[in-house]
Amino acid sequence: MNHMPRLNRRAFVIGSAALGSGLALGLDLPFGGPTVVRAADGSPEIGAWVVIRPDDTVVIRIARSEMGQGSLTGLAQLVAEELECDWSKVTTEYPTPGQSVARKRAWGDFSTGGSRGIRASTDYVRKGGATARVMLIEAAANDWKVPASECTAANSVITHTPSGKKTTFGKVAEAAAKLTPPADVKLKDPKDWKLIGKPLKRLDTSDKTTGKMMYGIDVKLPGMLNAAIKQCPVFGGKVKSYDEAKIAGMKGVKKVVKVGDEAVAVVADTWWHAKTALDALPIVWDEGKNGNVSSASIAKWLEEGLDPSQPAFVGNENGDAKAALAGAAKKVEAVYSYPYQNHATMEPLNATALYTADKCEVWCGTQNGEAAFAATVEVSGLPSEKCDVYKYMLGGGFGRKGNTDYVRQAVAIAKQMPGTPIKLLWSREEDMQHGAYHPVTQCKLTAGFDANNNLTALHMRISGQSILASLRPEAMVNGKDPVTFQGLNATGEAAFGYSIPNLLIDHSMRNPHVPPGFWRGVNVNHNAIYVECFMDELALSVGQDPLEFRRKLMTKTPKHLAVLNAVAEKIGWDKPAPQGVSRGLAHFMGFGSYVAAAAEISVIDGTKIKVHRIVAATDPIYAVNPSQIERQVAGSFVYGLSGLFYGGCTVKDGRIEQANFDTYNSMRISEMPKVESIIMPSGGGGAWGGVGEPTICVAAPAVLNAYFAATGKRIRSVPLRDQNITFA
Amino acid sequence: MNQGIAMANLTINGKSINVDVEPETPLLWAIRENVGLTGTKYGCGIAQCGACTVHVDGVAMRSCGVTVGEAAGKQITTIEGLAPNGVLTKVQQAWINNDVPQCGYCQSGMIMAVTALLKEKPKPTDQDIDDAITNICRCGTFQQVREAIHAAANA
Repeated sequence: MNHMPRLNRRAFVIGSAALGSGLALGLDLPFGGPTVVRAADGSPEIGAWVVIRPDDTVVIRIARSEMGQGSLTGLAQLVAEELECDWSKVTTEYPTPGQSVARKRAWGDFSTGGSRGIRASTDYVRKGGATARVMLIEAAANDWKVPASECTAANSVITHTPSGKKTTFGKVAEAAAKLTPPADVKLKDPKDWKLIGKPLKRLDTSDKTTGKMMYGIDVKLPGMLNAAIKQCPVFGGKVKSYDEAKIAGMKGVKKVVKVGDEAVAVVADTWWHAKTALDALPIVWDEGKNGNVSSASIAKWLEEGLDPSQPAFVGNENGDAKAALAGAAKKVEAVYSYPYQNHATMEPLNATALYTADKCEVWCGTQNGEAAFAATVEVSGLPSEKCDVYKYMLGGGFGRKGNTDYVRQAVAIAKQMPGTPIKLLWSREEDMQHGAYHPVTQCKLTAGFDANNNLTALHMRISGQSILASLRPEAMVNGKDPVTFQGLNATGEAAFGYSIPNLLIDHSMRNPHVPPGFWRGVNVNHNAIYVECFMDELALSVGQDPLEFRRKLMTKTPKHLAVLNAVAEKIGWDKPAPQGVSRGLAHFMGFGSYVAAAAEISVIDGTKIKVHRIVAATDPIYAVNPSQIERQVAGSFVYGLSGLFYGGCTVKDGRIEQANFDTYNSMRISEMPKVESIIMPSGGGGAWGGVGEPTICVAAPAVLNAYFAATGKRIRSVPLRDQNITFA
Repeated sequence: MNQGIAMANLTINGKSINVDVEPETPLLWAIRENVGLTGTKYGCGIAQCGACTVHVDGVAMRSCGVTVGEAAGKQITTIEGLAPNGVLTKVQQAWINNDVPQCGYCQSGMIMAVTALLKEKPKPTDQDIDDAITNICRCGTFQQVREAIHAAANA
């Protein structure tokens, strides 16, 4: 599949000129009507989402970014389902954010985070497919001079049923493109789906096995130079001075530039030369006021926030938890914590920018094309119609590449060298030490039981960092970060699964200077550990089975209960585990999906864990591609368990200590458990759930609960390497 | 040719190529920047992740940890050299059949490491795989990688 932008010199010229003219054609014109909007190769658009080539190739436009999660294939399935095209003829392409903005956001939101890639697009991309199908059928009917109602489409072939006449999409595409799109289209009933729900192969695999797939790091442009960058190691600090003369004679060096207040970049013929020179460049930093901050000082500050008398934002409350706790027959209390984590995408951050007096273009992998575009417009200072961003396959995203820091830097450097394309690449060390980290939090949980061992009250006090306060302050609600309560809310797409008569979940917000970000799973990673490990503690404190204890609290949340029951049944919870094997359970809800996991582990000498097997259940309401969902579930466990065992970024002298995979390790194949996925979409017309992130959070508590079952030792902090526990 | 001040000769995918780089340059960067073969990926630069794995005289090596000077005179194969005529190897084909890659960034290195393993052990056990394949994949494709290795071994 040749669906990603290919950059050779010719493509570059097309990118600059022909795409631009296609863009101009689209301006101020409604789709369809007398003027045909054409793709770069001249083929007609049948609405914004579909281009049909004369050879019957179907090009489906994908606005969201592919970073491995499979959205590109899933979104194409949604369009193709309604289009009734031949799946073997489907290819895809990315419209650019600039084109979209010029066409009044014809392709909607480009943002690819929050497991929204598919679920937030389902209606309009399916309508895009259906609209094109109606237009293609109408064009054929007009040609045959028969009523469109007598024609049907299947597999890219249109048939006039009474006469048996047939034609193909490719043959009528030109005529269809001239028609006025229908005002409204009816979407199929899910029971009639032929492509949605099928485990189709990905569309983007072939080039990933031959080295041909182009990532941002692979961009080559005529005359391009390469930049390496160093930012002040203490977040918030600035460049004080640097001694350019010291590296002036080094091979390949073209220029040394300041990037904003906080960074210096060396531009050279190759990146290796740029990096070598940058490492030799003496830089004096003004570290600002955070040079004394450490993990210990952050932990102390967060610990103070656990005191119930400290002010806190309330996220979920019913009854009177504090009063009920005061009158409880028995109380159980525990404090948990979760550290900073780096995304550590395999492809370090990079972006290529070309700035001239009247144009600024960026080539990069980004999870948010429109945000990258807006950053390009802002930093270049040029009007939006003179800017654009060309998206590439991302070598991992996990939330990090929705930020635009690296795009801004590339443009800022290119602006200092007009006419020369500049590829900025962060070293792994830079990437590791200038992340947008999984936020740091602690949690004190206090539970009360009555004399009959019924759980009557729970106070869950979270103390720690808000992501929104740093990244999206406009989304705060009266100072509160609602995303903090992911999986803990009373209702909605990330609702708490337990009914407890007196409940208080609140957040004492404390924002250290380390920048937080959306790390795959976001706030469910720690919230699920806090809730699900503590539920195990509570069950055991009253001598009850962890599953039975949970079930009693879940009678009002049947979908939460259904996934938990599914994993319990499949792992055989009601039967003894194999000799030497211990089990743990967890469930949670996030991103609109209900998830649960049951783990089987062995522990050797108390310090080595072999995770044999994890059974995982997901109810994403609708499942677009079960094969890809299975891969997301297993992949999320690798990411989440890497964080649990090996992760944790620590702060010393205001900076992150870990610099590479030797100190911030990641799971290997020998450590991979067998993951058995149960995909159980409950359907019913409700909002669709996501799949990239929800399951990540249940792996860690399931394993930690199994560890307790094996050892009697409760682990309440992450990572395990700090406790000298590792994979067997 | 440029100034010719630091010319090295590399044999990559069967072709002899003169590159204008210092001998201490990591082979990875000579392959990517001087030769222009970008299928070999940069992941860590310290031989931890394996994204830059190539074959040097048939042995899987992390090219970020090998210098141009050390690689000169040896047969270097990159991901682009596995299927020079467009006929995919059984490993590549197994990768496609098993829908292995997610983001795909680590997969060039993964495929190179697996290709070397199968050359040494045509029917590897799970333990052989665990011992030999130590590449990092942050997407977490390991389950499919293992299936595809067995599939390739039995193809």
